[in-house]
Amino acid sequence: MGFKHKDILGLQDLTAEEIELLLNTADNMKEISKREIKKVPTLRGKTVVNLFFEPSTRTRTSFEIAAKRLSADTLNISASTSAVQKGETLSDTARNIEAMKPDIIVMRHAISGSHHYLAKRVSYSVINAGDGQHEHPSQGLLDMMTMREKLGTLKGIKVAIVGDITHSRVARSNIYGLTKMGAKVFLSGPPTLIPPGVERLGAVTVCGRMRDAVEDADVVMMLRIQLERQGKTLLPTMREYSRYFGLSDDVMKMAKPGVLVMHPGPMNRGVEISSETADGANSVILEQVENGVAVRMSMLYHVSGGGPTE
Amino acid sequence: MNKETTVILDGTGVKRALTRIAHEVLERNKGISEVVLVGIRTGGIHLAHELASRLEEIEGVAVPVGSVDITLYRDDIKTQAAHLPVGKTEIPFSIEGKRVVLVDDVLFTGRTIRAAMDAMMDHGRPQCIQLAVLIDRGHRELPIRADFVGRNVPTSRKENIQVRFDDANHPVEVYLEKN
Repeated sequence: MGFKHKDILGLQDLTAEEIELLLNTADNMKEISKREIKKVPTLRGKTVVNLFFEPSTRTRTSFEIAAKRLSADTLNISASTSAVQKGETLSDTARNIEAMKPDIIVMRHAISGSHHYLAKRVSYSVINAGDGQHEHPSQGLLDMMTMREKLGTLKGIKVAIVGDITHSRVARSNIYGLTKMGAKVFLSGPPTLIPPGVERLGAVTVCGRMRDAVEDADVVMMLRIQLERQGKTLLPTMREYSRYFGLSDDVMKMAKPGVLVMHPGPMNRGVEISSETADGANSVILEQVENGVAVRMSMLYHVSGGGPTE
Repeated sequence: MNKETTVILDGTGVKRALTRIAHEVLERNKGISEVVLVGIRTGGIHLAHELASRLEEIEGVAVPVGSVDITLYRDDIKTQAAHLPVGKTEIPFSIEGKRVVLVDDVLFTGRTIRAAMDAMMDHGRPQCIQLAVLIDRGHRELPIRADFVGRNVPTSRKENIQVRFDDANHPVEVYLEKN
């Protein structure tokens, strides 16, 4: 079976088989980063443009390293240093970049759906590195890769996702991906930060109390409160939030022994996660980052195939 | 589609060929102290393990066995309609200064071997690389030859050669398919 998409805009558009192919390739590409010469010639002569309209360290660096390990040429454009500052539209920026003949563009943008808009207008492949509150497929994939690596399977595992679900593209990509792969997903957070109708994204269970979501969980994924995306105050105080929805050792005891603690970063230590938990034995946060490179190599490799055939 | 198949090497034939190759490897390298085997996915891996067990029987010392997947080194990567799944490369030892014996089931155009040699070089600088194949069917497109050959089989390009393995990955027979 081959990967037939020109773009990867979200896990909503992928089948379970395609997700599995991406994860298997990522598993097998992980070894490249452990070699003395961390490079394979696969994407020689391809140009990958990282176009970031929002701040990012992890994702942008990870995509850049992934592209370089596949021997692609990479260049980074961030909104703060580009003509966007001078009022250029997304469409004009994209078409100007297209004129320079890139093969893949990796984009992060604050507006949900901007990648779909772009993908229809350009000939190169578009990879979504985060669009507003919509999707962050590479994060969803690296989370699933980490879970599968540690637990052996995604089928039937219980995953608790806790925090600001409304503003989280990480949560959406994980919900789409995990439910397709047969995991049981439980969501918890303050009612003001759980979007109404979230069940329509996939078979998820919403829990008012964090303990109900975490009970017997194989994985607890903590999300950051995205203050920069909130127009108005949706929480009384951060202290209150932390008390009810922060991950402490006490709450963690409810989960299965050996539960995996995950966080997409950046972490707000002392708010959604205590420092002891973040650095504790159950934390796989840095493994997530390591797997991120392999997952992004896999995404770049598969979109650079011939694209749709027939 | 009807395919005509002819067995060109049966189980005993395969065993004899591998035993002879094992002796040739020993003779050429004057023992196995510096020898490591690397099988090319997937048939070559099974044969590398077969070869390793024969070398151990003869010399009483275990030979390190690794595997290489050449998908990321293929020269036709730009023309693939959809990129192929990538298999695992596992070389859990250093090949620096070693005598690497690449093992594959069928040697045909030589393009796979070119890719495997490039992959080896990314893992270190071996003292030398040798090539062992069960079948050499000709039609080389690159200046590559095998050091150890189980059987030379002249073929037409339309024919196909397959090595069949049992569930325990032991080679059972080699057959030729006419399309």
